[in-house]
Amino acid sequence: MKKLLTISILGAALAAGTAQARDYDHVRIGVDVPYEPMEYRGADGELTGFDIELGNALCAEIGVTCEWIEQEWDGIIPGLLARNYDAIMSSMSINDERRQTVLFSDSYITIPGAWFAPEGSELSEINEETLSGKSIGVQRGTTYDSYATDSYGRIATVNRYSTADDMVLDLQAQRLDIVFLEYVVGQATLLQSDEGDYHVVGEMVTEPAEYFGEGFGIAFRQRDEALAKRFNEALATLKADGTYDEIHERYFGEE
Amino acid sequence: MDVLTTWFHDLMAGNAIFTAQTIGYYWDGLVTTTQLVFLSLVIGLVLAVPLAIGRSSDRRWISLPIYVYTYVFRGTPLLIQLYIIYYGVVFFDGIQETFLWPMLREAFYPALIAFTLNTAAYTTEIFRGAIKATARGEIEAARAYGMSDSLMMRRIILPSAFRRALPAYGNEVIFMLHASAIASVVTLMDLTGAARFIYARYYAPFEAFLFVAAIYLCLTFAILYFFRWLEKRLLAHLRPQS
Repeated sequence: MKKLLTISILGAALAAGTAQARDYDHVRIGVDVPYEPMEYRGADGELTGFDIELGNALCAEIGVTCEWIEQEWDGIIPGLLARNYDAIMSSMSINDERRQTVLFSDSYITIPGAWFAPEGSELSEINEETLSGKSIGVQRGTTYDSYATDSYGRIATVNRYSTADDMVLDLQAQRLDIVFLEYVVGQATLLQSDEGDYHVVGEMVTEPAEYFGEGFGIAFRQRDEALAKRFNEALATLKADGTYDEIHERYFGEE
Repeated sequence: MDVLTTWFHDLMAGNAIFTAQTIGYYWDGLVTTTQLVFLSLVIGLVLAVPLAIGRSSDRRWISLPIYVYTYVFRGTPLLIQLYIIYYGVVFFDGIQETFLWPMLREAFYPALIAFTLNTAAYTTEIFRGAIKATARGEIEAARAYGMSDSLMMRRIILPSAFRRALPAYGNEVIFMLHASAIASVVTLMDLTGAARFIYARYYAPFEAFLFVAAIYLCLTFAILYFFRWLEKRLLAHLRPQS
């Protein structure tokens, strides 16, 4: 009887705990560093980047204190569910698969993908004909991998790498004819490096949405709807008062 | 039986991972792994026989360089050797213009070179041990017949050394199969490469890796039984007479 009572009290307490939405005044945000220019460490060792600055501005607008917690990409969603932090703001594409486990804010930026080839490459546009027989480099498990495999996997060789660095090395070594990755990351690692000269081939890629999602969003636990709402409202405010544009311009230049 | 069929049918219907396409990736992976391991073992074996004879020579200028080679390749991880051969060659200026580049450009050949050199080093040491262990009586008998060194090597030492080396060599073959799993770090889509791709694409580590582990197990069984059969045939004279 006593045991039963304890269990029911415990159950009631647990039920109350889950039903009650937490009121946050301190938000911990998980981030995978480095991913220049979205999140990285500056020369002084401080975290910086588009996500970081926008995140801090959002927290200031809501009136909460923010703490950034570094977490590798593989475990970033499990870490959120395990309450190691309360949100993820780390260039995460919104898509239906992730929506099953996490709650997304409104999209705060859309970054296109792009094809990069060495200067002097004969490739001038991207289609089945020009890519036929070429070798394409992608990062394993990214949306770019899925898209390149499904669209050109039959006519070209898709080489998959664990890190962008290995991929760039093989592009320099002429093992790859072309690589496909996030535009801003390619810009930071290929266009702005002195190692060799690279250029973007064809158009920026944002379609189809089934691969490239609906832009980047902040991820929350499903039950933290109130927190997501506060972030959405703050995002709308920052977009309206020009703060968002100012941060955007600092990292990506004029539109 | 009906229960089993329905269960299997439900299992296949309820998953997004084992489709014709992903099975195709696994199949291509199996072909790549088999080619890579088989070729490196055959070439490694061909290299290892003369190297083992040289390694057991009394002349230091023959045996020492071979010792250095086996020491280096047995003393460093295969993964490092693969990295050096795959990423290292491109630091030779102008390698892209040489006749070697069409081969070195693909991930397959650097992996094949690394695996061949590695297995040749181990096999050399296995054979050398077996050659050294030849019974003195056999050698003395061969000398008494007036055999030359090379004839004795061909007719007496090597045949018995091969038999003695067989169990250890069988292990080396299995090790080589398992070591080939690292080929996927240089973009080769072998069995492990296929599993990593499917894991990353469907966020399904258990299904992807358990399935590939089962394939490796089957391959290992095939190798084990082949060597058991070979040992039964070649070592028949050593079994007690019944």
